[in-house]
Amino acid sequence: MENNMLHISASPHIHSGKSTASIMRDVIIALAPASIAGAVIFGLRALLIIAVCVATCVVCEYFYNVIVKRYQSAGDLSAAVTGLLIALNVPANIPIWQCIVGSAFAIILVKCVFGGIGCNLVNPAITARIFMLVSFGSMATQAMPKIVDVTAGATPLELIAGGETPAMKDLLLGTTGGALGETCAVALILGFIYLLARRIITWHIPVVFVASVFVLSYLSEGSLETALALVLSGGLLIGAIFMATDYVTSPPTAWGKVLFGFGAGLLTFLIRKYGVYPEGVSFAILFMNILTPYIERLTSHKIFGGVK
Amino acid sequence: MKKNSSLYVLFNGILRENPVLVLILGTCPTLATTTNVFGAFGMGVATLAVLICSNMIISLLRKIIPDSVRIPCYIVIIAGFVTVVQMLVHAFVPALYEMLGVYLALIVVNCIILGRAEMFASKNSVGKSALDGLGMGIGFTLALCAIATIREVVGAASFAGIAIPFLEPLKIEFFVKAPGGMVVYGLLIALVGRLTKGKSPKKKDFTCVGCPGMSFCTKSTCNVKKEV
Repeated sequence: MENNMLHISASPHIHSGKSTASIMRDVIIALAPASIAGAVIFGLRALLIIAVCVATCVVCEYFYNVIVKRYQSAGDLSAAVTGLLIALNVPANIPIWQCIVGSAFAIILVKCVFGGIGCNLVNPAITARIFMLVSFGSMATQAMPKIVDVTAGATPLELIAGGETPAMKDLLLGTTGGALGETCAVALILGFIYLLARRIITWHIPVVFVASVFVLSYLSEGSLETALALVLSGGLLIGAIFMATDYVTSPPTAWGKVLFGFGAGLLTFLIRKYGVYPEGVSFAILFMNILTPYIERLTSHKIFGGVK
Repeated sequence: MKKNSSLYVLFNGILRENPVLVLILGTCPTLATTTNVFGAFGMGVATLAVLICSNMIISLLRKIIPDSVRIPCYIVIIAGFVTVVQMLVHAFVPALYEMLGVYLALIVVNCIILGRAEMFASKNSVGKSALDGLGMGIGFTLALCAIATIREVVGAASFAGIAIPFLEPLKIEFFVKAPGGMVVYGLLIALVGRLTKGKSPKKKDFTCVGCPGMSFCTKSTCNVKKEV
């Protein structure tokens, strides 16, 4: 009965050779430039944070599956990707125990309790970022890059809110305040190109997400430079490329993805412009995660010859 | 324990049919007043007092109140006791009165009280109804205190308003906020479900017979029951 749901066309089927582990390995490779950039910009503590988050996620998943006697999924690298994403979403000066709590929250309460991989309602990494943002004051105090002389503690988004435009070179190379992996736009775009080339994700969600933020920011700010700076700063690129494209929590159809991307872009813009938090990407993605089943229903393919 | 013995009725509400963690009633005050153990305990005791009194009076009047207007009658009786409790708290524990705010007055519409009136007090003797109110009230208070202890200690590094200094740098503020309340609530429901595995009432036990909405419900199953 349930197996009928998985057949989307008549046999014979060709296996693409992809597996959960191979897809997750590609995502980790795509995140490597951003991780290396984080380590270069913020110092070696970045590597410690990445190691702690990944280890906590994998260990939590392993022991949860052992305790509830469920199929062991700790080895399929999905928990490692969640841990890596959490690490890239925290500032470099965060206490280590907060990384452990956030990672455990993501894996146990967001992923495993709902049934493990493929069954989670929302993206674990995004939810952990929000959990840590509302829990720990340290998430708001952003670490400053180690390789340049910066004394001011403002992130690019705070600078823009204050009427300044940060230098484009800093935004592209990531030598600004912010979370570990979100500042270096060049590294994130490299990862995006790799994922597209390996056909792990399609272009729809990231492009529509970023474009809608860009267009809305341009319409409201009236300056191309500020709009571009708004797109390159904060967690927009890492969110749009790596977290909004999570298979489980985003729609599978092309139009669904366009709708998802636009909704997330609109919400990001609204929260940045009118909300109390300076950054709205994570809230926007979480909200669209929750709307995903409805978007799927709205945009599902009509089966040829099928009865309405 | 015999199913109709007084002790059974008393202990029923504490774990096996805990109003918050098994029957899932009174969710709103549960989430709203459990950020502080003091507030949660106060809320529990206030509800306990109202529940015992309203259960007794409704049980006394159960043969006099006409079936068609029973809900308004219950509300009037409950509202009367809530007003008394509210005035007493205001007079003797003003700090608690400030802390609970509107939630004290909202005990009137607490599902537990109306639910016990409908499901128990309207069918049982005065003594048993009082015991049921006591058991359910204690169950409510214990559940609230359990949730509040976890939320306050983990989320605010204090217990009943007294700060715990060594936990201060380790607090996770998420838990005193609304989503944290939902998470702790859900985890405790899961825990109690595990503890009472196979002993708590199954869903099918709550048929239309005990349902407060039976008289105006349009479900086909309800109509069948009414005809019977």
